[in-house]
Amino acid sequence: MSEIEEQGAAARPSDAEPSAEGYATSVIDRSGDPLLKVTGLKKHFPITKGVILRRQVGAVKAVDGLDLQVWPGETIGLVGESGCGKSTAGRAMTKLLEPTAGQIVFDGRDISDLSKKQLVPLRKQMQMIFQDPYSSLNPRHTVGTIVGAPFQVQGVKPPGGVKAAVQDIMARVGLNPEHYNRYPNEFSGGQRQRIGIARAVALQPKLIVCDEPVSALDVSVQAQVINLLEDIQDEFGIAYVFVAHDLSVVRHISDRVVVMYLGKVMEIASRDELYSRPLHPYTHALLSAVPIPDPDLEDARERIILQGDLPSPSNPPSGCVFRTRCFKAQDICATEVPALTTRPDGHGVACHFPEVRLVGAAAGPAPDVPTGQEFAEG
Amino acid sequence: MSAASTDEPYLKVRDLEVEFTTEDGKLKAVDRVSYDVHKGKTLAIVGESGSGKSVSSLAVMGLLNRKTTAITGEVWLDGEELVAATDDRVRQLRGQKMSMIFQDPLSSLHPFYKIGKQLVEAVQVHQQVDKKAARARAKEMLERVGIPDAEKRLDTYPHELSGGMRQRVMIAMALVNDPEMIIADEPTTALDVTVQAQIIELLRDLQADFGTAIVLITHDLGVVADMADDVLVMYGGRCVEQADNRELFYRPQMPYTWGLLSSVPRTDINLERLEPIAGNPPSLLSLPKGCVFRPRCTYHDQVPDGLCDTTRPDLTESEPGHMARCHMTTEQRLEIMRDRFGDRSLL
Repeated sequence: MSEIEEQGAAARPSDAEPSAEGYATSVIDRSGDPLLKVTGLKKHFPITKGVILRRQVGAVKAVDGLDLQVWPGETIGLVGESGCGKSTAGRAMTKLLEPTAGQIVFDGRDISDLSKKQLVPLRKQMQMIFQDPYSSLNPRHTVGTIVGAPFQVQGVKPPGGVKAAVQDIMARVGLNPEHYNRYPNEFSGGQRQRIGIARAVALQPKLIVCDEPVSALDVSVQAQVINLLEDIQDEFGIAYVFVAHDLSVVRHISDRVVVMYLGKVMEIASRDELYSRPLHPYTHALLSAVPIPDPDLEDARERIILQGDLPSPSNPPSGCVFRTRCFKAQDICATEVPALTTRPDGHGVACHFPEVRLVGAAAGPAPDVPTGQEFAEG
Repeated sequence: MSAASTDEPYLKVRDLEVEFTTEDGKLKAVDRVSYDVHKGKTLAIVGESGSGKSVSSLAVMGLLNRKTTAITGEVWLDGEELVAATDDRVRQLRGQKMSMIFQDPLSSLHPFYKIGKQLVEAVQVHQQVDKKAARARAKEMLERVGIPDAEKRLDTYPHELSGGMRQRVMIAMALVNDPEMIIADEPTTALDVTVQAQIIELLRDLQADFGTAIVLITHDLGVVADMADDVLVMYGGRCVEQADNRELFYRPQMPYTWGLLSSVPRTDINLERLEPIAGNPPSLLSLPKGCVFRPRCTYHDQVPDGLCDTTRPDLTESEPGHMARCHMTTEQRLEIMRDRFGDRSLL
């Protein structure tokens, strides 16, 4: 069994397998070089004391050692609770925040040491979509100005002029091109988010970091925006780093998922692996905590209720950062930081006691699944 | 509706209407909403922003300014009518018999006062007890909602607590006078999933222990499936569908409810593509003339004579205990429902 698993894995490292329902998420070609390769990414925010003699008394380790590869056209979901560092990670990997340590290779080029100025031409290739469609658009600028800004900043002169290009994009994201001269306050939340998306895709970037792009929207509108993001990805082959706290949205949109807790990666796996055969107790707890819109399944849902809250990121627990809330914690968890060990198929977990837990559809007739024991030994 | 419907509901709302006067004209935020909540049961009110779900609850609690708001209809709490009652009487009942948990505990707790002081005040408003007894009651309540070190926590300020802890304090404050009915307005929306799970568990325990009637306002269909006994779906200030929990999820009968159910992604299965509802929720200032959902509905061609464009449908009982507001016949709707949701409707 493990042979087959490894062979398959060698041929297609960390690929999302076609799911049981008989369709596959768009197959990502991971044979070439990744579009974005992040190694040992850290972002620590200093905590200072004193006004005149400012000295650093500690650090909030918002992101503490993240390794991640993003292939072209792929969607990586970054999930975790508030304060886990997922947003900071999204910003640090595109150098919107200057990382404290770590290497970032984007499109074959090491950008770790590039200055802000040197990065400007690269921004054409990496863009961002923000959570709040109200504060991320300048209220004094028209939609035309907002969506046209990337052309101005980058000095791009599309054939046919900026206005035509902007109207093109507006139509593409489902906005009326005639609303070119309107201001953001004339649009609803969902439409504003479309403006933000239009701005991000204007120059057809290779990578977009989406920071909670749908969490401020109503359910029915949220689905529209998710579908739009998927369509645009199919059309332009953009890779997304999708930062969100909503596990169901992340399941829907991601090819691979990274689960973070207090700045550390707890688990990383293909979407189907993570949601049907998670290994980390934190992932187990997270998944078991999400109510499912189906009363019968709700009655049957096994709930793991974690005790307490997220510890302060400025003073994280020793050893495994999750141990204070972990239902499996042993003595070793307090003393040794569990390393992120990755299986050949790309399923990685940072836990001393990983164990497969079958969730949802996988809990029925189970396919060949390595048990936690085998995994720990292998 | 539910098994216990033989005895009198603890909260009975009949034809509740709320109308605001704004610069742009009159705005009917709630239009003829009726529901029952029995002791020990949970009614979920589901809807998007602007659907009137929060306003209707504020009206029940008597928290709307009656000078600027026209409230009509009847609200019966434990046999007592509240819409016509005096402000003083409603204030007495609020906290004692009915209580509210808000979404954002940081803005609902007073930032200047220690939580102990705020809880003690809540006790003393309604009970003739001295400070010491009130403080003991406050501590007991904090323990009951799972706050460790309750004695010490009484002397902390709201900002010193985490979001989950603050929400627990809110719940403690709502329950400190043993109300028999709670309205929880998006009680877990601002919280992380693991903390949400704790709070839901807590509400469930408290309900089991005290037989509290709960009105749960939420947009999260997962939370509804988890907690509700009965469900009321609101859209454009109106109730558009009303049924018990399983009926609503397995035999939904109104296009808006179908749209909601098809637009939520899930953690337990892969969905190929979401089917969103086109367009945006309506503005209450310029509601469509016919069915409020008509501009976003894909089934209006099923109804003859353009009825959906001209006439507002009534809320009618399509099956026993199941109300829906739609011009299509029950047979038409059942067929579409089976078509769209397939096995889900097979109970």
